[in-house]
Amino acid sequence: MTQPLVTVNDLRIGAVTDAGRKVEIIRGVTFDIFPGEIVALIGESGSGKTTIALSLMGYCRTGCSISGGQITLDGTDVTALPERKRAALRGTEVAYVPQSAAAAFNPSKRIMDQVIEITAIHDLMPRDQAEAKAVQLFRALALPDPDHIGERYPHQVSGGQLQRLSAAMALIGDPKLVIFDEPTTALDVTTQIEVLRAFKSVMQKGGMAGVYVSHDLAVVAQIADRIIVLKGGEIQEVGKTQQILHHPAHPYTRQLLAAFEPVPHVSVAVPQVDKPKPILEVVHLHAGYGAIRNGVPEVPILKDVSFRLERGRNLGVIGESGSGKSTLARAIAGILPPHQGDILLDGQEMRRDLKNRSKEQLRRAQIVFQLADTALNPAHSIEQILGRPLTFYLGLKGAKREARVKELLDMVRLPANLRHRLPSELSGGQKQRINLARALAAEPELILCDEITSALDTVVAAAILDLLKELQRELSLSYMFISHDLSTVEAICDDVLVMLKGEVVEALPAARMSAEAQHPYSRLLISSIPQLDTGWLAGLEQDPNLVAQFANR
Amino acid sequence: MMIERSSAFVIPTPKRLGYSFNWVGRIGLAVILFWCVIAVIGPWIAPHPPGEIVDWDYFGPMTGDFWMGTDYLGRDIFSRILMGARYTVGISAASVALACAGGVIFGMVAAVAGGWFDMILSRLLDAFNGIPSLLFGLVVVAAVGSSIPVLILTLAAIYLPGSYRFARALAVNVNATDYVTVARARGESTPYLIFTEIFPNILGPVLADLGLRFVFIVLCLSGLSFLGIGVQPPNADWGALVRENIEGLSLGAPAVVFPSIAIATLTISVNMFIDNLPTKIRDRSE
Repeated sequence: MTQPLVTVNDLRIGAVTDAGRKVEIIRGVTFDIFPGEIVALIGESGSGKTTIALSLMGYCRTGCSISGGQITLDGTDVTALPERKRAALRGTEVAYVPQSAAAAFNPSKRIMDQVIEITAIHDLMPRDQAEAKAVQLFRALALPDPDHIGERYPHQVSGGQLQRLSAAMALIGDPKLVIFDEPTTALDVTTQIEVLRAFKSVMQKGGMAGVYVSHDLAVVAQIADRIIVLKGGEIQEVGKTQQILHHPAHPYTRQLLAAFEPVPHVSVAVPQVDKPKPILEVVHLHAGYGAIRNGVPEVPILKDVSFRLERGRNLGVIGESGSGKSTLARAIAGILPPHQGDILLDGQEMRRDLKNRSKEQLRRAQIVFQLADTALNPAHSIEQILGRPLTFYLGLKGAKREARVKELLDMVRLPANLRHRLPSELSGGQKQRINLARALAAEPELILCDEITSALDTVVAAAILDLLKELQRELSLSYMFISHDLSTVEAICDDVLVMLKGEVVEALPAARMSAEAQHPYSRLLISSIPQLDTGWLAGLEQDPNLVAQFANR
Repeated sequence: MMIERSSAFVIPTPKRLGYSFNWVGRIGLAVILFWCVIAVIGPWIAPHPPGEIVDWDYFGPMTGDFWMGTDYLGRDIFSRILMGARYTVGISAASVALACAGGVIFGMVAAVAGGWFDMILSRLLDAFNGIPSLLFGLVVVAAVGSSIPVLILTLAAIYLPGSYRFARALAVNVNATDYVTVARARGESTPYLIFTEIFPNILGPVLADLGLRFVFIVLCLSGLSFLGIGVQPPNADWGALVRENIEGLSLGAPAVVFPSIAIATLTISVNMFIDNLPTKIRDRSE
């Protein structure tokens, strides 16, 4: 048996709260990583996966500290080293690929200077040699124009390329261990495939060990040899990827896997009123940003979008980033007034600009944003956040208002005492529920959901979807559901619109989407969804011309 | 949470009220309160009348009779500082309150309203910013004569554009966040957006700016007094005390040191307090 490269023994990491109370974030975690092996840390947010990954570099976030246990990296006890020696370790022995490459690059320096910075800091090799090595890495990571891409600035390459460049930055010092912290979470599905492939091949060639932090089992299945399932700072289960996927032992692992099973959507039977008007009808809608000249804005986004959403049914809108999905929701909500076309709510025409719509029209169609963090005012308590639409639309005050806030919290399955908290004191899933409850407070008939599950963990997202379905049954709502994740759309929608560059390229029933999609872009999107199968990425064949044509790399 | 005690009276310390308030902030607050009290009761506890020449010697040393020495005319510095507290603390506090309140409100309105309103207001205040502050003060006082209300309004006018710029920059950022968009999509009015959604989120930096602006106003007031258009003799604010006794520096006179210390303690403690305001303890486990 070979010697493990990394041994983590009974690791404990703690923090102190502002009331002076000690909290344990990591509670006695023990595992090994062997040379050349990729180990995935998987778990929901708050499970401590990033904290563990960072501790392998001897690093703790502000306020946290390693309170017990031992981390050995290639024979060196990282936990016992002074900070200066730890700094020397980072970049040469162990390297880190961050979640958001866009935030990790300095926008005012050329890419090459940043990629080879590690060699300069640690004095590893002369500059020309470092540059030659960087170009080699660019080639290995399948970056376009590897000889000259380093001369560009970070904003001149796409998100997927930037993520691969950040991997090049990590690999230039020939580390023995590379830590990937959710590197593909922020990417589109088609881009994710390319990045995953690049990571996998470069890790295999280099024979390096890796730690891959993710909450997405399907992604992890493609790249990891072993999986460690974490929850609440403790290891739930450790096993080979195949074993975890096919024979999970721990109930939590089963729950994670179950969240992946697509639950086919069953349409809600709506009591047929003799009002055949659709709840939402959009006719030849055009919208864009910038100053309007000759009736056309400087940056036109939506081009001639038309669709109908019947009462009690759900419409999914899918497409990659930049396809105009969110703009569509904003145009319907009136936040971005369209310059051409009509929006009819329940057969009644809605004015294009928000300011000209009546309070009643605004009440009936509510919008829920993607990022619950930024959609809730950090200075307001939950009670204020939920109470405001009650007062504003329905004129509720005092005890009645408080009672209704409690009801709303109950509707989204949150305890009533949460209403005294601030948004920063809630988890991501809780915040998204509050976000939803705020929309429900207006007693709407239509809710525009803009990527509401994409920032959430799989298990939490599945719970939110269940909640949406339940609320639909109880309150006979209709949803317009915007997402880049096809399985989410499949789980909740009756009909699907596929958008590409501001146009609707295909509209079809969700249930037959995988089988009957005709447009090549729809097919590409469908084939790009990671499957819970270790061989999926290797076996995936996509027409490179098609990919080049549509994907925004 | 709070522990109920049936018998004894419980002193409402910050911690019992659910706030954490660190020592730097407490010291700052204590010094501010001390000077506020002095400003009110100063004339009654001053040992000598502030305008009266009580010593034959000028720039006299610290003695039992003149605790902080005497000034360039032989007046008692201790009494003059006690008297000056009234002018320095009062005028500066009133002006900074006016400047920041006006600047912040205009800034938030401009950020939310945008368009031509923002454009005209910003250019107007930028142009106003271009006038040298002391020159502006000179012109105003020459035109309407020196009095305390004129001084307060002049200083407020001088420092309002800076506060406006600062608040507008912050409010523009907050205005672009999703929660403000949500409120706007709900159909909320502009005053609601400004005071309920935006204001609480720019309060921290605005207070820090207020602390800094307070210091500038104290200094500007002393400049105006030096030119003879500020507080009128025989009274003097602290800045004026420093200026009129500056020649005593080479003689090692305490007359110039003590007013400087007074200014330093006030301005530093204002900043100490504002940077360390009591924060509510919000522990997730409760």
